Amino acid sequence: MKTLSYIGVALTLLLVSACGEKKAPQTNPATNDVDFQKKLLRQLIAAKPGDVIVVPEGEFQIDRSLSLNVDDVTIRGMGMDKSILSFKSQIQGAEGLLVNANDFTIENLAIEDTVGDALKINEGQNIIIRNVRVEWTNGPSTENGAYGIYPVQTRNTLVEGSVAIGSSDAGIYVGQSRNVIVRNNRAEFNVAGIEIENTIGADVYGNVATNNTGGILVFNMPNLPQPGHSTRIYDNDIFKNNVKNFGHEGTPVAAVPAGSGIVINSNDQVEIFDNKIADNDTANIIVSSYFTAGYYSDKSTQADFDPYPEGIYIYNNHFAGGGSSPDHLELKALKLARFGLGGSLPDVLWDGVVDTKKMFEGALPDHLRLCIDNTDVGILNIDFQNNYQNISTDISAHQCRLKKLPEVVLKFDRPDVEKSVGDHLAVLEGGNE
Amino acid sequence: MNKWKYLVGSFLLLIATLMVTLSGCEKAQAPVQLFAEDAIPERLSDWNLVNIIDNGLIPNAGVLPYDLNTGLFTDYAHKLRTVWMPAGTSAEYGEEQFEYPVGTVLTKTFYYPRGEGDTVLRTNSFTRDYLEGRSGEALDMRAVRLIETRLLVKRQRGWQAIPYIWNAAQTEAVYEIAGDTTHFKLVNDSGDVSEFTYVVPDANQCAGCHADNFTGKKISPLGPRARHLNRDFTYLSGTENQLSHWQKVGYLKGLPALISLPSQASYADTSKSLEDRARAYLDINCGHCHNPAGAADTSGLMLHHSETDWRKMGLCKPPVAAGTGSGGRVFAIVPGEPDHSILNFRVESSDPGAMMPELGRSLVHEEGVSLLRQWVAAMSGSCS
Repeated sequence: MKTLSYIGVALTLLLVSACGEKKAPQTNPATNDVDFQKKLLRQLIAAKPGDVIVVPEGEFQIDRSLSLNVDDVTIRGMGMDKSILSFKSQIQGAEGLLVNANDFTIENLAIEDTVGDALKINEGQNIIIRNVRVEWTNGPSTENGAYGIYPVQTRNTLVEGSVAIGSSDAGIYVGQSRNVIVRNNRAEFNVAGIEIENTIGADVYGNVATNNTGGILVFNMPNLPQPGHSTRIYDNDIFKNNVKNFGHEGTPVAAVPAGSGIVINSNDQVEIFDNKIADNDTANIIVSSYFTAGYYSDKSTQADFDPYPEGIYIYNNHFAGGGSSPDHLELKALKLARFGLGGSLPDVLWDGVVDTKKMFEGALPDHLRLCIDNTDVGILNIDFQNNYQNISTDISAHQCRLKKLPEVVLKFDRPDVEKSVGDHLAVLEGGNE
Repeated sequence: MNKWKYLVGSFLLLIATLMVTLSGCEKAQAPVQLFAEDAIPERLSDWNLVNIIDNGLIPNAGVLPYDLNTGLFTDYAHKLRTVWMPAGTSAEYGEEQFEYPVGTVLTKTFYYPRGEGDTVLRTNSFTRDYLEGRSGEALDMRAVRLIETRLLVKRQRGWQAIPYIWNAAQTEAVYEIAGDTTHFKLVNDSGDVSEFTYVVPDANQCAGCHADNFTGKKISPLGPRARHLNRDFTYLSGTENQLSHWQKVGYLKGLPALISLPSQASYADTSKSLEDRARAYLDINCGHCHNPAGAADTSGLMLHHSETDWRKMGLCKPPVAAGTGSGGRVFAIVPGEPDHSILNFRVESSDPGAMMPELGRSLVHEEGVSLLRQWVAAMSGSCS
């Protein structure tokens, strides 16, 4: 049978080729008026490793998602206020620029007014996002796109010198990644200024987070392949994050009270030190479990999800103001009842939820505790676990110290310490056993 | 079945092929032309895959049309799909994916039936698309408006996506990696007109769907797999199961007994269970991204055909990064309550920041929406 069909094909080919070919008339593609968008699309699609794609000075209207799938490409503008990709008229695509590539650098440009996320890096390692501004120019609005700068499932990622304004979810959001540095950025008028979620090993420092609903968030969400741990938040300026929550109901950040400086939810091994944290009206720091976020149910949450924030270490921060006008009715009532009309909630607000199965003789092992080694700081334990029965401001249970986390090292950032990179990752990855 | 029947069958087919070829000799086409990965011709016609002869868009010899049980929704566009393999090569059967030989060319031509004036028609009937007597094979150029023809070519290193866009004169399609947009007026059976922008994706966006293994970035054909192809097709030689036919013409080897093969339901076939129809619809429209290796694995929502964990399929699953797409709803699927389910919200949206799938449509697929609403409405239980 096979032989026959082979002969058939050969015969057919012979016959048709003898007839000569006829072609439809040719039409030429318009090559003389290729606009900027088409040119940029073509550069991105035809990119070769090593390419630098330059975005010149000017504001360019883009109406479709851009994407890049080639490794080792740099996209470079002339400055975050000079080279502007504006997506005001976007009709297609869920992000402004979507990248799935390694060794990617984007710098010195702005992405404005995308319908969905602004800059999404979905998978890839050795990612540099530098001096990039992402902004929704009409100010905070629920209709704005969700994430500004959004690396997810990446490894070795640096976000620096960037600006994120107006995201209806998080301005800078690092999700399900490993080995991340977020430094010297500014996040303003987002629901969450900077959010680290389900990420292993993140250093967040030198940032300014102000006028968000919550300044800096470290979350773990269930039903994802990777639980996160080991984040250090230090040397940041986190103040007046009092913007009314404009997140979409149903999204995790929609539950964040306006006036939150730093929020740790369900994440482990988080260090908060040397920050200036001021005038966040609900609390300068909130430490809470997934239960308090209001989403937990046996049905909604994978069986082995760890909803408890454990190994949280707060030390040497400078606090000022804050807690004077909490969001959420329960917290307002609580403040009034405990601290009076002119009083304030303490700097640290804790839901008091602990994993009783891990307790030994009535206490958590040291490495799982919430430790506060910070002068003049108060705590409010709302005892959510026991229906607010024993609301307490007793800080003595938290006067402890934890082993400090290793510095996150990115090889491309610190060639001088190349040798220790392996050790650092090993420490991080062995850290949650 | 014995071997003789196959032998006689394929011999007859051969004769028929020869006769067709001979009788149309003055109009016959040169053989399909393969081009190297880095030497893509500007014109679709250079490939000789489908050519316009008289009033028909006609696949060349060996360019075999096929159809799927349930296909991806693309703004109600109709699609002519074909497969061609170099002489003497075959695909190796695999339940999840065939191993296609190097040189395989798959084409998908997107078109609309023409309406009055400059309108195009929204219809589930394909009968008037084809030249008389050549249903399923030769498109009637007087009845249709061609938009784009996408090629997937199997190379040594993997599949390559090559998009061509048809010109307004409908005489040629031109290679365009940057995509395109066209405005259409779509008229439904009741005469209602909806205006929309048909967006031809750019070449990277092709990969956005076709890289069902996002990490490896390798793209693969989504439609021509066993479960989608396992159905009858009306060939010139008569109606036959597509998989059997592929085997018969030498395009498929290692085919197990038909009865043992997976078959996806047609989402529109109401003789099938609601469950099978909905899962088939989700698989082809969502499963290429929403699978454990796909681009949407970041969401934890898995909609590919083999997922069995109901939470991963969205039941009472809170969103991770839905943003605007949550629609103010708390769970992907709330059993019995499509109006409170994010999944329904996203397929019912046409806002690019919220809609699912993210690409490939500007319109809402009303039939798909209705199916998924019925499916969720029929689920029992609650999320509390």
